Amino acid sequence: MKSLFLKEINSFFGSLLGYLVLALFLVALGLIVWVFPESNVLNYGFADLESLFTYTPYVFTFLVPALSMRAIAEERKTGTWELLRTSPLSLIQILLAKYFALICLVLVALLPTLLYFYSIVQLGDPVGNLDQAGFFGSWIGLIMIGAVFSAVGLFASTLTSQQVVAFVLGVFLCFVLYFGFSALADMQLGNFSYWAEDLSLSYHYINLSRGVIDSSDLFFLIGLIGLFLGCSVLVLENR
Amino acid sequence: MTDKISYMSLEVSHLTKFFGKQKALNEISFAASPGRILGFLGPNGAGKSTTMKIITGFLAADSGNVTVMGKDALASTKEVSRLIGYLPENNPLYLDMYVREFLEFSGGLYQLKGSALKSRILELLHRTGLEPEQHKKIGQLSKGYRQRVGLARALIHDPQVVILDEPTTGLDPNQLVDIRRLIQEVAKNKTLILSTHIMQEVEAICHDVIIINKGQILASESLENLKSNSNKTVLVLETEEEMELEWFANVGKVDFGSKGRNELLVASANPAETRKAIMQIVQDRSLNLISLNQNKKNLELIFREITNAES
Repeated sequence: MKSLFLKEINSFFGSLLGYLVLALFLVALGLIVWVFPESNVLNYGFADLESLFTYTPYVFTFLVPALSMRAIAEERKTGTWELLRTSPLSLIQILLAKYFALICLVLVALLPTLLYFYSIVQLGDPVGNLDQAGFFGSWIGLIMIGAVFSAVGLFASTLTSQQVVAFVLGVFLCFVLYFGFSALADMQLGNFSYWAEDLSLSYHYINLSRGVIDSSDLFFLIGLIGLFLGCSVLVLENR
Repeated sequence: MTDKISYMSLEVSHLTKFFGKQKALNEISFAASPGRILGFLGPNGAGKSTTMKIITGFLAADSGNVTVMGKDALASTKEVSRLIGYLPENNPLYLDMYVREFLEFSGGLYQLKGSALKSRILELLHRTGLEPEQHKKIGQLSKGYRQRVGLARALIHDPQVVILDEPTTGLDPNQLVDIRRLIQEVAKNKTLILSTHIMQEVEAICHDVIIINKGQILASESLENLKSNSNKTVLVLETEEEMELEWFANVGKVDFGSKGRNELLVASANPAETRKAIMQIVQDRSLNLISLNQNKKNLELIFREITNAES
């Protein structure tokens, strides 16, 4: 399992695509947080990183499926899937190795944003005047969003052997989970609105970003990850 | 070493597989023993790959049993996968990996590590003649060398049973000879099954032959038996002109050979008479004769007879 995990990481950093995706992600976030007049922290005047945490899920909706689209689809297309499946690794081990590799990539993408935290701490007046619990709650929330989107992207990649189709499906599913349910909730549908709100990723993410790490939010997110990984196993077993 | 056929390292019994409503395999049974190369011969779509995929655990069977070294391959796939080395059809590889890196990764999948893995890789690189190419990317290699990489990968965990699905398709004649020599060397103390649709390949390297068509085994014998059981002599006629089968309709069972319409295969119980009859037709039609040979053991015609009789 370890060797497959390392192969996934290597194949990502061995290709131009990997660096391109990471670079674009960081450029987009950098522009949003520091440059664009609508959202930049410097004009805003308060020492917090709300714009980072508001916009990153949008970027993740595209970034994570771009990272995950090839995970299974490419193996199936080139036939190397047969090599993996006839090795002693079980289906679950293969999926977990690929999933953990994806999470690592998400972490690598997020790590540089800790520099933003340091910058804002230094820019605060007095220095260090920042809601730290809020920051780390949101940061953990972002990691969880990345983890959920990775599971969704991996699932999308099991459905087809075309990478582009896997990408589009992944983006769509992430979009529905994050924005779709909360949009439904806003449509004033009585009791249903309540359920839809509870099902939306953004609702649980916002809860985390208040700096309160509630077990029910974590359970919901981990449950979603389990659900999509389980569906991936089912899809692949029945092929 | 155990006696030649004292035990069967691979046994397949009553294997049946459906794809939708189509029966891809129909009650297939056979066995293979160490030290002998078993050739799985059949036209495209006969069920060769399907059988191999079921043995390796990639596909599930609808009914039947497979045992590898006495273990139930359909139940304990994980355990059995360590006993089998498999080269799938079209030899899928990670083209952006380096040869050595790929072998290290493959060894890791079988929990080989450290110096054991290193020495195993060195040994395989040497045996497959990949040493000069080991620092290249697989995508840069020629097809023949890729095939060697695929073989080295299949052998990385020193399996008892080696299964090669069409290992020589698409190779040029030199590569073909090299890979065949390699396969023969590998087979010395292992059970080796290879599939092919090329008769010459079976004649060149196999000890036993299974002829399969439309999911059914039509013949399963040693190569010598298969050749001697077919008591008919085969006459091979080659002319400069293209011929028609119907010209020779009253001579016996005829078919075109591997060279197309310029080569005719005629099966005959009485070669002397048949030869005369053929020469008469050649004269009557004033064909330009290139050669007329007598071949007692043409596996190609045996194969045609067996597979065509069924259809």
